[in-house]
Amino acid sequence: MKTCLVVDDSRVIRKVARKIVESLGFACEEAGDGQEALDQCRKHMPDAILLDWNMPVMNGLEFLVALRAEENGKKPVVIFCTTENDMSNITQALRAGADEYVMKPFDGEIIESKFAEVGLV
Amino acid sequence: MLTESKFRFLSEDVKKRSGLMLGPEKGYLVESRLSPLARTEGFASVEALVDQMMRGDAALSARAAEALATHETFFFRDRTPFDVFAETIAPVLKTVLHGRKAKIWCAACSSGQEPYSLAMLLEEMPGLDADIVATDLCNSVLEKARAGLYSQFEVQRGLAIQRLVKHFEQTGDTWRISPRLRQMVRFEVGNLLEDFGKYGKQDVIFCRNVLIYFDIEAKAKILDRLANQLQPHGYLILGAAETVVGLTEALKPVPGQRGLYARPEALEKIKAA
Ligand SMILES: C[S@@+](CC[C@H](N)C(=O)[O-])C[C@H]1O[C@@H](n2cnc3c(N)ncnc32)[C@H](O)[C@@H]1O
Repeated sequence: MKTCLVVDDSRVIRKVARKIVESLGFACEEAGDGQEALDQCRKHMPDAILLDWNMPVMNGLEFLVALRAEENGKKPVVIFCTTENDMSNITQALRAGADEYVMKPFDGEIIESKFAEVGLV
Repeated sequence: MLTESKFRFLSEDVKKRSGLMLGPEKGYLVESRLSPLARTEGFASVEALVDQMMRGDAALSARAAEALATHETFFFRDRTPFDVFAETIAPVLKTVLHGRKAKIWCAACSSGQEPYSLAMLLEEMPGLDADIVATDLCNSVLEKARAGLYSQFEVQRGLAIQRLVKHFEQTGDTWRISPRLRQMVRFEVGNLLEDFGKYGKQDVIFCRNVLIYFDIEAKAKILDRLANQLQPHGYLILGAAETVVGLTEALKPVPGQRGLYARPEALEKIKAA
């Protein structure tokens, strides 16, 4: 089974995202900030990552840059999932190595469409 | 709820105007789509609105037909047709057009996502220019299409983020399609039940997710007339739930290409090659 790591400091959002990615056939793991996510990736690199931007300790963008520098860190498909909805944020994320970008609020249909876009489903 | 005879009048009137079939099971759909119209037109109920239609108010009937249509659409809907366009159709067009611009017609384009998806593909593709005409029965969706303004929700359905960055400008919460793409598409009112002569011969026709709402007779007639608008080498693309099989002999499915249809003589050529 493919795995998806959901990184968000809101437990409610993680729960919603978990439901969606599980319905798409992924095993779901969770992390509450970028540092936690990086620790988990070092132990087990997921196939996909849904990534919030603003989080305590280490934000999503810092995490992404660190992840892509890891051995094997190019492997996960990273989809930003954030309320940062400015074009400038989007281009910044893409330059840092994001594969897709979801502007909150999102729903199952948008996540599924984005997963299809990057070839995950 | 409408009485049986009023419902029958409404469904016949609508079918005449747009082709839409309203079976007796569509009572709920009629209420939910005509109630807002009844309200804005100042009628106390859908029934009162239909009464006025029965008195011969043609303008009101036309607005009712528009209100009853389904406008659901999104960018790169169903993906396959757009892959087929880029991988199968475009290479053929490049060899037969000899530098001429391709003529593409999106019949029943709704709020413009379909023609704009094609415009994006064309812009990303070197060596093929096209004029796209996009038509729909309904004025309000065409206005939206011409403005090229889409909500955050709409630009996240079917659209890769790179394409959003490349082809849209952000204005607050909404996203406007680039002037370059807007220039590639001409939007016009057009009814599939009316004469196609003014459109001329097309290299490609997209007519997706509209014939499903029509009865067999209407489907067959429209498909025959669409075939007539195609260049000998032309292609027709239908929606995933639509086909020409059993409806017309003027078009045949292109083997191995889902949703793609061509004139029989063109298929003979493909086979021979
Ligand atoms: C479900 S949408 C499909 C849009 C797009 N082709 C797609 O596949 O996403 C159907 C559209 O057909 C239009 N339509 C319905 N009857 C029509 C007719 N007789 N002539 C032209 N357009 C019609 C409706 O207004 C609506 O916008």
